[in-house]
Amino acid sequence: MIRAVIVMNDQGKPRLVKFYEHQPVEKQQEIIRSIYGVLCSRAENVSNFVQADSTFGPDTRLVYKTFATLYFIVIFDDSENELAILDLMQVFVETLDKCFSNVCELDIVFNFNKVHTILDEIILGGQVIEMSSSEVVKAVDGISWLEKNPNSIIRVPKSISGWQGR
Amino acid sequence: MGSQGGFGQSKEFLDLVKSIGESRSKAEEDRIVLREIETLRRRITEPDIPKRKMKEYIIRLVYIEMLGHDASFGYIHAVKMTHDDSLLLKRTGYLAVTLFLNEDHDLIILIVNTIQKDLKSDNFLVVCAALNAVCKLINDETIPAVLQQVVELLYHPKEAVRKKAVMALHRFYQRSPSSVTHLVTNFRKKLCDNDPGVMGATLCPLFDLIMIDVNSHKDLVGSFVSILKQVAERRLPKSYDYHQTPAPFIQIKLLKILALLGSGDKQSSEQMYTIIGDIMRRSDTTSNIGNAILYECICCVSSIHPSPKLFGAAADAIAKLLKSDVHNLRYMGIDALGRLIRINPEVAEQHQLAVIDCLEDPDDTLKRKTFELLYKMTKSSNVEVIVDRMIEYMISINDNHYKTEIASRCVELAEQFAPSNRWFIQTMNKVFQHAGDLVNPKVAHNLMRLIAEGFGEDDDTADSQLRSSAVESYLRIMGEPKLPSTFLQVICWVLGEYGTADGKYSASYIGGKLCDVAEAHSSDDTVKAYAVTALMKVCSYEKAAGRKLDMLSECQSLIESLSASHSTDLQQRAYELKAIISLDGIAMENIMPLDASCEDIEVIDKSLSFLNSYVQKSLEEGAKPYLTEHERSRTRNISNFRNHDHHDASTHSLRFEAYEVPKPVISARLPPTASLTELAAVREQSYQREVHRSPSVGSLSDKGSQELRLRLDGVQKKWGRPTYSSAASPSTSDSESHTVNGTGKGKSFEPSSRRQPEVEIPEEKQKLAASLFGGTTSKSEKKQSGGGIKGSKATRSTADQTRATTAVVHPPVDLLDFGEPSGAASGSSSTVDPFKQLEGLVDTNQYSNVSKDPDLLSLYSDAASTSGQNQNQETGNLSHGSGNRTTKGPNLKDALGKDALVRQMGVTPATQNPNLFKDLLG
Repeated sequence: MIRAVIVMNDQGKPRLVKFYEHQPVEKQQEIIRSIYGVLCSRAENVSNFVQADSTFGPDTRLVYKTFATLYFIVIFDDSENELAILDLMQVFVETLDKCFSNVCELDIVFNFNKVHTILDEIILGGQVIEMSSSEVVKAVDGISWLEKNPNSIIRVPKSISGWQGR
Repeated sequence: MGSQGGFGQSKEFLDLVKSIGESRSKAEEDRIVLREIETLRRRITEPDIPKRKMKEYIIRLVYIEMLGHDASFGYIHAVKMTHDDSLLLKRTGYLAVTLFLNEDHDLIILIVNTIQKDLKSDNFLVVCAALNAVCKLINDETIPAVLQQVVELLYHPKEAVRKKAVMALHRFYQRSPSSVTHLVTNFRKKLCDNDPGVMGATLCPLFDLIMIDVNSHKDLVGSFVSILKQVAERRLPKSYDYHQTPAPFIQIKLLKILALLGSGDKQSSEQMYTIIGDIMRRSDTTSNIGNAILYECICCVSSIHPSPKLFGAAADAIAKLLKSDVHNLRYMGIDALGRLIRINPEVAEQHQLAVIDCLEDPDDTLKRKTFELLYKMTKSSNVEVIVDRMIEYMISINDNHYKTEIASRCVELAEQFAPSNRWFIQTMNKVFQHAGDLVNPKVAHNLMRLIAEGFGEDDDTADSQLRSSAVESYLRIMGEPKLPSTFLQVICWVLGEYGTADGKYSASYIGGKLCDVAEAHSSDDTVKAYAVTALMKVCSYEKAAGRKLDMLSECQSLIESLSASHSTDLQQRAYELKAIISLDGIAMENIMPLDASCEDIEVIDKSLSFLNSYVQKSLEEGAKPYLTEHERSRTRNISNFRNHDHHDASTHSLRFEAYEVPKPVISARLPPTASLTELAAVREQSYQREVHRSPSVGSLSDKGSQELRLRLDGVQKKWGRPTYSSAASPSTSDSESHTVNGTGKGKSFEPSSRRQPEVEIPEEKQKLAASLFGGTTSKSEKKQSGGGIKGSKATRSTADQTRATTAVVHPPVDLLDFGEPSGAASGSSSTVDPFKQLEGLVDTNQYSNVSKDPDLLSLYSDAASTSGQNQNQETGNLSHGSGNRTTKGPNLKDALGKDALVRQMGVTPATQNPNLFKDLLG
């Protein structure tokens, strides 16, 4: 399963931190610091994988990818596939890009509740549940539409309502 | 949801983020955050806060906690927010509590009620939000409160809800398997859900279930294969495609599941061959995700019952991965190779240069992966090169965790495959010197034991050579600063036992060295204790040998100071030393017998063997032997045995003949397993020297088996005879494996024939390749030959136990006619080091092997350029696909994608893309 998803900038400042097994705040910071230390020391054109067994136990790996000023990091165990996770990050970023139209670091900082929403549509309980960014966008748009129009549940288009149909 | 200005947040929050972003130091940042915490603490408790404001406060709380500060004062407000009717606020509340609380937090109890209510909501988005929270917040105590509802939601009309309900139930299973075991059949049912997404989600819990219990899911093999077939043949809706690859995560999960199900099961595996072959053939090796699936196929092939055809395909796929220029793919290739060599080690040979390239790559991850591979393919012919490389790398890194791991691997390999004792000791010295405090203390004990016992071959001169070389190397090393404590303990111990054994160094010289150690490490009581005891041994050997003992003054003063030590242990040792020195030579010899360390390390004579003669005397006078309670209950069985011997059919009837003398009973009380007796016998011949010193202890088991043969014919077949036949086995198995090695070397000529033209490869690399990929002996053979060392070690410890249990029982008197143990002659037959004999052979043919290697580099460049092109095309498509969306400002998305792609391909852009993120702060 996926243990954690972390987004941090190239200064080591966390922008999004999500652990799928709860970690106390201090431990989270320690992990973020140690990951940042590892990532900083990595050369430019090397693999995107790092073994993470010193912080997360045996057989855990970390996949990271840099997008401009941001590191996207996913930590997972041996029931996932490194290359696939790399593409999952691509999906995540593509989705962010679609939701924020031209995503930038500030979007993630100020709307990290929305970023969480997006992430929750892709990964739930440490398992990947959706790989299609357009599906995720659809779901997230549905949520934000409903958030903005709290009383219009009756007028919700078919794609969103459904529970009544039972 | 504009990205320009506002961000939907207040000015305050914007300012906060900005000031934190601009802060120069951690201290400054902390100051800002603490001020923010104060503000929030004050504001959040004000009455009548508008909900919208409250939502922002909660988000600010999440933010400061993300930065590592405690926001627990606001948790309760987040909990309250989950009760709100508005979806926006409710979701914010749920988000905050899932980030703040762990599943055992006290506040959870306040949320469970809300979750229950929300799971029943008409609005499926509310249900989804609640399910998200369920995945994170419910612990095994609260599972029953929501379990029923979650199970019902498995059949919700909305697929998004069903999917999340499956995941929630999976989470329950992970948390507390016992509370949901009666519901796991639901997972099977959901496998047939008509939504592929739900089916895909179901694979996750099923994977876990199968991991735990393969056999009860064998019936699903057919279903999984047909699902995989449908996915691979693009029968799923287009929306599940990712970059033209159909539902990659579902394929990967299915392949993982099949790997588990087909492992060691020919019948199941045969059902999978076709589809796996199809997927491998079809896989798109130009894209990342295509390679991910290909890699998963290789893993599956190497796990299931082998199929030659698939094996060939997997080997070809690995070759492609390893030839790639992209580090990620080479990493996967190395990993896959490590799996495939389990089926056939020869497959590694054609990739030798690629492997060496990876080993020398600057990328640390790749290097470690390669070391992992080397570790798996180590055999006696290449152990020296591999372990040397590992140690070199171990010295160069700072990461203690990995250092520990690699050190323990070095030790393991050295113990298993060491070509010579000298090399073994040198290797261990290096490991201890550089990672001494990180290795398991057990390793130190193993090393001591090895030095004490030799390599199990019955060759005293070799053993003593080993010891003196150890002593010499330690005397050289011990002067160096900063030696780890464990290593010093080993050094002290070895010097104490064998420092003076070969007569090269005088007792006072060794004594002086030991004092130096104790003084240099005055804060380490364990080392001092070892040093004092070693000193005691050196002194007593000296005295027992009849030489005059002249203690150096520094030794004297050390002992004096230790007798006043705060540590009672040290004090006692010092006093003991003083007491022992004052004894005469003969007493000394008894207290501290020379080279009796094997008994010293572990075995305290629990059997009270010194009472043997007394016991024996009593027994001869007709006393009953002592039986423990356990044995007493077993006596009944033994008498049954005896009845059989006497061809007495009615075992249960009363017996009328007189009882026999107690002896047969005694011998029947030998440990009941055959192996123990055998082991005892092995020990017997390897260490006859000790046996001579303490005959009453050593050769008892031999005596026991003799006894058995004489008295109890029925039992003897079980326990007695094999002792002798197995006694010779360690040496024969050794020589057998060596001959196998020999023929293996011969074979390595064949696979080296290649069609490609010869090219120049740096000589150093060739050498390395030759030494790494020498013979083609399989792992199992290696293990066998290496097992000699380990086996004999294990033998010894069990033998000691055996001896302990049998010692009391056996009459030592008979031993006198016994003479030399019969096994000794056969044991000492193979004294030539067989590895040495092979060395010459290996080297020559390996060099010839390498010179025929093709130019992989030219292939690399080809492959790289084509794959690069393809990837470019792909991004082209991508950006085209999303291009029809209207975007404001310059097309940053393309820039982002390009940048990502470029990085993914491992190429560094010369400059930062100027278009990218230009609206970042300022």
